[in-house]
Amino acid sequence: MQYLHNIGTYFLMIVEMFRKPTKWSVMKQLILKDIDDLVIGSIGIVAFISFFVGGVVTIQTALNIDNPLIPRSLVGFATRQSVILEFAPTFISIIMAGKVGSFITSSIGTMRVTEQIDALEVMGINALNYLVFPKFIALTLYPFVISIAMFLGIMGGLAACVFGNYASMDDYITGIQQDFEPFHMAYAFIKTLLFAFVLATVPSYHGFYMKGGALEVGEASTTSFVWTSVVIILLNYILTQMLLS
Amino acid sequence: MIEVTNLEKSFGDAHILKGISTTFEKGKTNLVIGQSGSGKTVFLKCLLGLFDYEKGKIAYEGQVFAELSEAEKRNMRAKIGMVFQGSALFDSMTIEENVMFPLQMFTKQSKSEMQDRANFVLNRVKLKDANKKMPSEASGGMQKRVAIARAIVNNPKYLFCDEPNSGLDPKTAIVIDNLIKEITEEYNITTVINTHDMNSVMEIGDKIVFLKDGLKAWEGSKDTIFRTDNEVVTDFVYSSNLFKKVRRMYIEDNS
Repeated sequence: MQYLHNIGTYFLMIVEMFRKPTKWSVMKQLILKDIDDLVIGSIGIVAFISFFVGGVVTIQTALNIDNPLIPRSLVGFATRQSVILEFAPTFISIIMAGKVGSFITSSIGTMRVTEQIDALEVMGINALNYLVFPKFIALTLYPFVISIAMFLGIMGGLAACVFGNYASMDDYITGIQQDFEPFHMAYAFIKTLLFAFVLATVPSYHGFYMKGGALEVGEASTTSFVWTSVVIILLNYILTQMLLS
Repeated sequence: MIEVTNLEKSFGDAHILKGISTTFEKGKTNLVIGQSGSGKTVFLKCLLGLFDYEKGKIAYEGQVFAELSEAEKRNMRAKIGMVFQGSALFDSMTIEENVMFPLQMFTKQSKSEMQDRANFVLNRVKLKDANKKMPSEASGGMQKRVAIARAIVNNPKYLFCDEPNSGLDPKTAIVIDNLIKEITEEYNITTVINTHDMNSVMEIGDKIVFLKDGLKAWEGSKDTIFRTDNEVVTDFVYSSNLFKKVRRMYIEDNS
């Protein structure tokens, strides 16, 4: 029953988030701050991980192709497919659940335990709109981060391929252009946008409705990471079944 | 003036407020006292509209808060200033931005007008040079003064304070008490303070409401509290030997 209650509260939170909007002059500043904290601040770690994981995918694919009849361009093809379809949208979103999700939960949770949310409510401000809505808007730029992850993942693969002598640069580039389905990009970005919504709202829910003190803020961050990851993985399965099968 | 009539509030099976009636008058510092767990904070949060209640009514100048429309509630809340126990300053803003916040949200003033007003109230609470500091760089007493400045910046009609002296040394606590008292009289606002601090009771209690187990056990003022025979009140207020002596001396001097 508690799960049902929590799910119900989560959806009510989403409805409430769009009600009683905060003054635009204030909201604009909040959105810009959240873009900086959540999107711009994540580019570094996303770039680093994408480049090296792209390289690892390439090396592992190359090492597993020992049949001389299979063209070496398959290394580029497999890297592109892995990075665009799964690694960039899903794997990076799980990492973001840890980085951005924990930040959102702990910052909102700290505001809860230090009565800052009560202060907003006493002033008649819709605290959910003030705190969660700008994060949701900021994370609509999340596909931009994922585009960088896709590009750097494939570039990491190219670097690993060329420097490790697994295939020539021409083979790799032929591979990444081979049988390209534009719909795969649409699929990846549809997933990304939905994951962005999950990344903004699930951690906010855990921070906003937490009870207790500093210790509970830490617990809420951990719980938030677990549930954000679970929701992303379930959504990933459902969307893949719906869009690709 | 705030009128509270037969207020009842429960959390599940726990009956926290069991029918409290009282009035809080304009221009006076009204203190709500009682032991931990007596229902003071729940009472204050009901007054602020943060908690719904099951029975009774709370009327601000005759307007019953629970019966107001959302827009009317928002207007009413703009007239309320609140000083929280932990100050509740926004960590991500400077002291000046914290004080300007209610103006940004509820007025159409220009930035310079808001800054002027923020600096005026910061001066009023004797925090002239702290504008650009972050709350984390301010001491507990300074944070309380910033919270008071934020609460009064929009000229509220009602000021609520939850344990404004908690965690402060006695000297700073007296400064905060006097500041609240001065502001209440200067701006003619209705102030309600939740406190455990007996110094505050003796110094600024124009009206004192004593809660015990969710009921109003006594009400009076800083003058009448010395003479009361109500054992529940005297047990609580004069629980220390020092206050017992003070009370005895006061009664002897005034008899």
